[in-house]
Amino acid sequence: MSTHESNLNTHAPVPAQRREPLVSVRGLKVYYDSGVRRGGTVKAVDGVDLEILEGETLGLVGESGCGKSSLGRAILRLTEPTAGEVFYRETDVARLSTRQLRKQRRHMQIIFQDPYASLNPRMTVGQIVGEPLSTYGILSGKAASARVEELLETVGLNRRFINRYPHEFSGGQRQRIGIARALAIEPEFIVADEPISALDVSIQAQIMNLLEKLRREKNLTYLFIAHDLRAIRHVSDRVAVMYLGKLVEVAPAHDIYLEPLMPYTKALISAVPVPNPEIELKRERIVLQGDVPSPINPPTGCRFHTRCPYVIDACTRVIPPLVEIKTNHFAACIRISPEHPDIDKIAPGEAPGLATAEAANSPKLPNQRKPV
Amino acid sequence: MSTNGNLLDVRELRTYFDTVDGVVKAVDGVSFQLRRGETLGIVGESGSGKSVTNLSLLRLIPEPPGRIVSGEVIFQGRDILKLPEAEVRKIRGKRVGMIFQDPMTSLNPFMRISRQLMEITQLHLGHSKRQAYDHAVKMLEMVGIPDARVRIDRYPHEFSGGMRQRVMIAMALSCQPELLIADEPSTALDVTIQAQILELIKTLKEVTGTSVILITHDLGVVAGMTDQLIVMYAGKVFEQAPTTELFARPGNPYTRGLLRSVPDPLDQKGTLYQIPGQPPDVAHLPAGCPFAPRCERAEDICRREFPPFVQLNANHHSLCHFANEVYAESSQTSAA
Repeated sequence: MSTHESNLNTHAPVPAQRREPLVSVRGLKVYYDSGVRRGGTVKAVDGVDLEILEGETLGLVGESGCGKSSLGRAILRLTEPTAGEVFYRETDVARLSTRQLRKQRRHMQIIFQDPYASLNPRMTVGQIVGEPLSTYGILSGKAASARVEELLETVGLNRRFINRYPHEFSGGQRQRIGIARALAIEPEFIVADEPISALDVSIQAQIMNLLEKLRREKNLTYLFIAHDLRAIRHVSDRVAVMYLGKLVEVAPAHDIYLEPLMPYTKALISAVPVPNPEIELKRERIVLQGDVPSPINPPTGCRFHTRCPYVIDACTRVIPPLVEIKTNHFAACIRISPEHPDIDKIAPGEAPGLATAEAANSPKLPNQRKPV
Repeated sequence: MSTNGNLLDVRELRTYFDTVDGVVKAVDGVSFQLRRGETLGIVGESGSGKSVTNLSLLRLIPEPPGRIVSGEVIFQGRDILKLPEAEVRKIRGKRVGMIFQDPMTSLNPFMRISRQLMEITQLHLGHSKRQAYDHAVKMLEMVGIPDARVRIDRYPHEFSGGMRQRVMIAMALSCQPELLIADEPSTALDVTIQAQILELIKTLKEVTGTSVILITHDLGVVAGMTDQLIVMYAGKVFEQAPTTELFARPGNPYTRGLLRSVPDPLDQKGTLYQIPGQPPDVAHLPAGCPFAPRCERAEDICRREFPPFVQLNANHHSLCHFANEVYAESSQTSAA
């Protein structure tokens, strides 16, 4: 079943006009109770609007605790959203009953970060990869085994491995098993939650290439979550940067690396060490001061203001909305605007985006904004 | 005391582990020198032996199952491997400071930071409590911990990951060691915090003049931090060269593959170069070159005979039957 598909779609790029949003997230919030004694709520995701287009890979980056995994899990409803909508085509996933949700999940799968923890050690590879097939009553018996063998081959594992247990495999091979399991029921959309972080450098490249090959062959749509900006840049069509529960910049991958607009993105990209001594020794790295603040008690206004080298007074009180600063390039910062996109050319104290931000802060209809 | 300007001279170090799977030769004949004030990077993937090398230098290998089979670790003219345990203890933490990947498991969760820091100088420098406390505060200030005087009496869990790593660095540098060994110091940290920690190590190195061994899997990290590089694979040194030289003209197919498999943020999207196959199972290494099963250049000889450590120029060595050819190819590409 997958073989004839792959013959059809190899190397066929998805035409831009055919790209419809597959997933639309509006006003999504995921709050966790942080325990009785401490009181307070962890606002892991705090009002996110986002669209994932059909056939694209959307990279989601941010540091630990920024809410990127919570966002990914809430889209699949592996974590219950506190508020907001998650549309998968026309279906609001956030409002489905358990039974409907189960059906819906046929189309949406996840690949986890830790290839050691996400496979049941007492199940054979055949059982692990075949489980979704029986859960959904798609195939059983010999047909299921045949399909599992085919899946193993698709992800670059030997079909003879079908009766082996997870501990007999290396990290990279286990990640392939996880990918085979996600592919078993032929989903359209896959959340890859840090799929390469736990792997060795040479194996990371293998897994990235495999995911990319599968995307092309099976016309998959990915939400690729990672903290490694080099990997994100490589696999993504668009990149969304998250900081303390909010999206702070969304743009085509190429643009965000060449011209990051928002100070946090600038620092993030500058922090990535480049494997080239000549560049490394020369460049001026933006080193941010301090740590990421706690999401229990995030800073007022722009959440990045406590570490931002460009901070002005207004940043501490006005929440910057995501504004389309350049075509398809959205950033949340009051110190820039479509007319004045380069923060380094803004006069000290100036905030050309302040008026837009204040307007967005006042009305009671925060969800009417165009999702990016 | 010193031998021809080298602070550290490691010769033919071999550390083996006895396991149910047989003898694992985790480090198998590693040699290198470290000059005063220099930074040496050791790069490798998991199982390459880079961390075992580092632990062997100060005899921190648990015995059994591990044992240092042979070799010399000449530190300032004395072979650490031959010293009595009591002498080695005077070197650890005093002359050689260490920081590890995971700052949480390296700190005692039941002890205040102050006590953990004071312990070192009280032991090694004979500080009184008062002196040790003041010194500890000074060290925390040096590594950039805000409100050091207040925070020093807190417990490790009250610090963030980056701050804990700063505490570890303060601890490692407390006695002004001649050598700092940093084993994946920034791997467990977020990107922006990683940049802070690397910048800190760089600055402190300049201020204190200490030599550094930086162990990491990240080629980006060593690119801007080190003078010399060693690439390890399956317990062996595969390539050794000055950092700029090694990046510009790798003389080993493994190094070259590793460099090409890191996505370049400035590069266009496309299929990433990948080294095929799995990292080696060090308990069951193939005959011949351990990298041969994954190597794009491998020929019959590679599967049959262990490769020679070829000298490519004064400071550049590569473990490969075809080192000269690979080096020539790289030199051409970098000149073009």
